[in-house]
Amino acid sequence: MNADTWGPETWGVVLLSLKVGAAAMAATLPLAFALAYLLARARFPGRLLVDALVHLPLVVPPVVTGWVLLLAFAPHGPFGLFSQWVLFRWTGAAIAAGVMALPLMVRAIRLSIEAVDRRLEQAARTLGARRWRVFATITLPLSLPGVLAAAVLGFARALGEFGATITFVSNVPGETETLPLAIYAALQLPGGDARVLGLSLISVALSFVALVASELLARRAGRGLHVL
Amino acid sequence: MSFDVDVAVRRGEAEIACRFATGSGLTVLFGPSGAGKTTVLNMVAGLVTPDRGHVRVRDMTLFDSERQIDVPTELRCVGYVFQDARLFPHLRVAANLRYGRRIVATARQVGFSEKSLGLGEAEVLALLGIGDLLDRWPRSLSGGEARRVAIGRALLSDPAFLLLDEPLSSLDSARREEIMLLIERLRDAIRLPILLVTHDRGEAERLGSRIVEIEQEPVSEGPR
Repeated sequence: MNADTWGPETWGVVLLSLKVGAAAMAATLPLAFALAYLLARARFPGRLLVDALVHLPLVVPPVVTGWVLLLAFAPHGPFGLFSQWVLFRWTGAAIAAGVMALPLMVRAIRLSIEAVDRRLEQAARTLGARRWRVFATITLPLSLPGVLAAAVLGFARALGEFGATITFVSNVPGETETLPLAIYAALQLPGGDARVLGLSLISVALSFVALVASELLARRAGRGLHVL
Repeated sequence: MSFDVDVAVRRGEAEIACRFATGSGLTVLFGPSGAGKTTVLNMVAGLVTPDRGHVRVRDMTLFDSERQIDVPTELRCVGYVFQDARLFPHLRVAANLRYGRRIVATARQVGFSEKSLGLGEAEVLALLGIGDLLDRWPRSLSGGEARRVAIGRALLSDPAFLLLDEPLSSLDSARREEIMLLIERLRDAIRLPILLVTHDRGEAERLGSRIVEIEQEPVSEGPR
């Protein structure tokens, strides 16, 4: 490994990845929670359809997801208004990563909401708590460890996003070149092995830390403990 | 009139039905386990909606299928002590006890005329002997302690009436006696209408001003 492997360029890639991952996770979390709550608690026609749609990015080829995003955010697409802030920008990378992380996050949050003992919510109601207060003081705090676990998991998933990102916003160094894209680019270059190795090690380390954190949080949730 | 209840609900193949009207004091719902006693309590609390009938407590109509009245649980001013204490695991004992402090408006909304208890926090803590538990987490409490905290939480929500589901089960005999004395005090000194579920005849006979038997199958017709 030469000095370049650990140079400012590498750390730029890492920082960009963290930024994209954090933005994707933060933007997706409220949506994921709302969907998870709906799927866990509400009974409505079309529930199965919503469930399937949410999980689609998990099974559809990421290239297809990226292409759909590209169509949606193209200047004349339905979200064309935003195209200049999204296409070939880090924000676009965050959107792609967020969409890909959504199913995982919804699944994890849904499990933690379903694990909340509804008899406790009943008890709260007998004590005079209305629906929103039951939600804010019982349901939300009791599902919080699972929600945080889902957030960390979503963050880790976003860090690794490749297919949808490169299709949607392509590989622009310094703007959309996250860790997986940088690794892919380095693989294309003769003599890029050292760089590939360095970036891969960083990727594995980040993912490992995130997974362990997520697992620890999920265990707390499983035991009915609370985070704060 | 304390309780005027006439309810029926289908549960699978069986129908749980129950009818009684009692004066002041403590009414015992007595019957074997599985007879649907807890379901009757849940219907009085509004957690289970009866298929038909009515629930009136202290002359307030909480449910009436014919007049399409169904007051939501949170407005019924009920003090419900569940058999499994159902303390909130993420709140310390003190926060559990204070959870139900009602906004005065709640009671007015339903229309229970005079507020009933007037029991202060210090009084409830002393009555139940739970002053030392305030900083504890529910999972660190013994069964008897959790039961007393659950009773305290219900009392501090300033209820218009009490529902007690097997309040003496799984307690050792010393604790049973303590809780029994407490219930008698609530019945005689505070004169709170109480509906108590038990499967123990001794308990029923000692505590009840009135005993309503619920039979296993399929319909039971109130007092006899």
